[in-house]
Amino acid sequence: MADISEIQTFEHDVLVIGAGGAGLRAAIECARLGLKTGLVCKSLLGKAHTVMAEGGVAASLGNTDNRDNWKIHFRDTMRGGKFMNQWRMAELHAKLSPERVRELEEWGAVFDRTADGLISQRNFGGHRYPRLAHVGDRTGLEIIRTLQDFGVHQPIDIYMECKVLNLLKDGPRISGAVGLWRETGRFVLFKAKAVILATGGGGRAWRITSNSWEYSGDGAAMAYEAGAELIHMEFTQFHPTGMVWPPSVRGVLVTEGVRGEGGILLNNKGERFMFDYIPERFAAETADTVQEAARWLEGDPGARRPPELLTRDVVARAINTEVKAGRGSTHGGVYLDIASRRSAEDIKRKLPSMYHQFKELAEIDITKEPMEVGPTMHYFMGGIRVDDDTQMSQTVDGLFACGECTGGMHGANRLGGNSLSDLLVFGQLAGAGASDYIQTLEKAPEVDSDQVMEVIREATDVLNREDGPNPYVLQEKLQDMMQTNVGIIRTRAELEEALRQLEDLKREAALVKAHGASQYNPGWHQALDLTSLLTTAEAVARAALIREESRGGHTRDDFQGEREEWGKHNVIISKGESGMNVRTDVRPDPPADLAAIAYASLEELEGTAKVK
Amino acid sequence: MVVLDAIHRIQALHANDLACRWNCKAGKCGSCSMEINGRPKLACMTRLSDYDPEETITVQPMKTFPIIKDLVTDVSFNYEVNKRIPPFKPKPRDADGNYRMMQKDVDRIQEFRKCIECFLCQDVCHVLRDHRRQDAFAGPRWFIRLASLEMHPLDTADRVSQIKEDFGIGFCNITKCCTEVCPEGIHITDNAIIPLKERLADRYYDPVMWLMRKITGKDRKK
Repeated sequence: MADISEIQTFEHDVLVIGAGGAGLRAAIECARLGLKTGLVCKSLLGKAHTVMAEGGVAASLGNTDNRDNWKIHFRDTMRGGKFMNQWRMAELHAKLSPERVRELEEWGAVFDRTADGLISQRNFGGHRYPRLAHVGDRTGLEIIRTLQDFGVHQPIDIYMECKVLNLLKDGPRISGAVGLWRETGRFVLFKAKAVILATGGGGRAWRITSNSWEYSGDGAAMAYEAGAELIHMEFTQFHPTGMVWPPSVRGVLVTEGVRGEGGILLNNKGERFMFDYIPERFAAETADTVQEAARWLEGDPGARRPPELLTRDVVARAINTEVKAGRGSTHGGVYLDIASRRSAEDIKRKLPSMYHQFKELAEIDITKEPMEVGPTMHYFMGGIRVDDDTQMSQTVDGLFACGECTGGMHGANRLGGNSLSDLLVFGQLAGAGASDYIQTLEKAPEVDSDQVMEVIREATDVLNREDGPNPYVLQEKLQDMMQTNVGIIRTRAELEEALRQLEDLKREAALVKAHGASQYNPGWHQALDLTSLLTTAEAVARAALIREESRGGHTRDDFQGEREEWGKHNVIISKGESGMNVRTDVRPDPPADLAAIAYASLEELEGTAKVK
Repeated sequence: MVVLDAIHRIQALHANDLACRWNCKAGKCGSCSMEINGRPKLACMTRLSDYDPEETITVQPMKTFPIIKDLVTDVSFNYEVNKRIPPFKPKPRDADGNYRMMQKDVDRIQEFRKCIECFLCQDVCHVLRDHRRQDAFAGPRWFIRLASLEMHPLDTADRVSQIKEDFGIGFCNITKCCTEVCPEGIHITDNAIIPLKERLADRYYDPVMWLMRKITGKDRKK
């Protein structure tokens, strides 16, 4: 291919890359605002990772407990994030999520109901009140299907099974992207005035993960290449409860909803060990006896929450410690018991996919026996650094991002349920931000054909070269390396080893060979995903090495506990002249009004509860 | 180990370019639909241990859809049908800004909304698979979707005439093959297709209902 004119080309005002909850919501907003909108998905529409979200979407509707309000949601989010969150993002999120959830109902979503016919809300880790609007344990499916079915009737051009390879720029501005049709192996050029990245995280770089093959960190890596900054990459969430047995399903998610519905964690001595791991920050709000936790489950409003509902970082570390101390389950996890807590009928109604999943894949009846669970790589708190209000990168004009591929909203640890709400809130804001940006453009950016041809050349080289390393084997090497050296508990020596091995892997990846033709060739796609996987993995390792403390989803064995000084700094990654730059930025002081809410006591925020 | 694991091993070690769709690997996304020893199944939920170790396991692409490559088929027909379904049209909110629906009134459509769009029901449906009536028949997946809209307590649109004319529900002769292969256990025929057929019968073939409409000039949707 010699000429850019031979490449299939589409022109849009906005190109949204990624069609999970965030991408779909962003595209809907763009279309609503009259923009010519394109939406690209790497898989078929409706298969993105949002579909796997189980527990619910967090919004302080106050339907189940009317003491709830946005301030308490904000306070919970900040405390869960160990105060590393971007204050304004957490504020916007808490304020706007109820509106975004109600809007879904208008688009056809059918959440579980309260006795009064309102949206029912369930308890979840780190949330003070029952706050998660849900549909059994398949909330993500409900949300993506609702957005999808609403979206297909909007003026949005949807491009399925298309992998975007790289972004294009006209000087400091975004001008489009180059993609690859997975079906035909042909290339496609998208000209766009603005690009919204909504590509999710990069958890596929770890061996034990709840993430699918799609989660290769494409958005963060492409943004980085284009000159955007990444923030908080060291904060990676290991979900405390993934399946551990049988080996082929190791890492598959077990929803936190099990604990929200009363499930308890036990070690091999039958001890409810979470009572031994209550951090000081949460001691005042956590039950310290089995009796009190039991009263909470019965609905006593005076009882405090059981320790199984502490934040995910705390629970994951506790499980890790129990297993290492020899108190683990048969297959190296711990036991999660719902059978003795709820009736079989309740379990099947509230947790149908968990019942199904264990029955089919592990031959375990969770209404009769406990599950075996252990930590699994689940979520990137870190990602592309964007403006709190507009979602635009501060260093690349016209580049927007929303959802998991961004960083800052969740700080050092994300609360369960805050992801689905994040997608909706910031998807909408990114669409609005892109629209505002386009209004300010005097002329459409130009596409540089050299950039296009360079992207295509790099991709075709992988197919055309005579021989080279196997992309699947390389990815497995990366996964084992990250699992060993950049796991839940990290040390300087391991992180340095990780960086050394990453250099080797990058050298090998540059020579990778995909066999076969270009038509629907997963080996080729795997090889192309390696580039972004390696970039995001390196960003995590570098950021983790520099943060010498333990906070949220980043635990250093050689620097235990939170350090006050580090609480004042963000770790920022950017592309330098020769490799990856890491620096620490001083965090600005929080706005006084928000700080007052975050550090307030619950009594001050609850106000007077309306009497039902 | 499940069938999908075996396919992944083959991909990694023997045939890097073996084409197969998959995502969640937990029966939630409906990507890895295929025919395993002739039965429509999700590869991620089919255990190898369920087969005799001596037995050869044969995997084939879904037969109803055109093959793209190996196990990947062109399922775009489904996306085209979905676009033709008249969208949800809600009634106004209550005065306090909320919608109210009782759990017992949404139980039945929540069953339909469990659908993961694996399209195994479409694959097995003889109207599509053998008679190739894609031109006139939407298929079980879309009758579930239509039922979930028609039975939605907040919906105000009327799709009964399209269900008859455009989506061709009359072609279904309720052999229940779709229900049998549904990995989500949705009672497609009993709970969605038959009730929709009944609505149609009321509308078009019941003389008493016809007379009532002539007299009152009113149409009863739900």
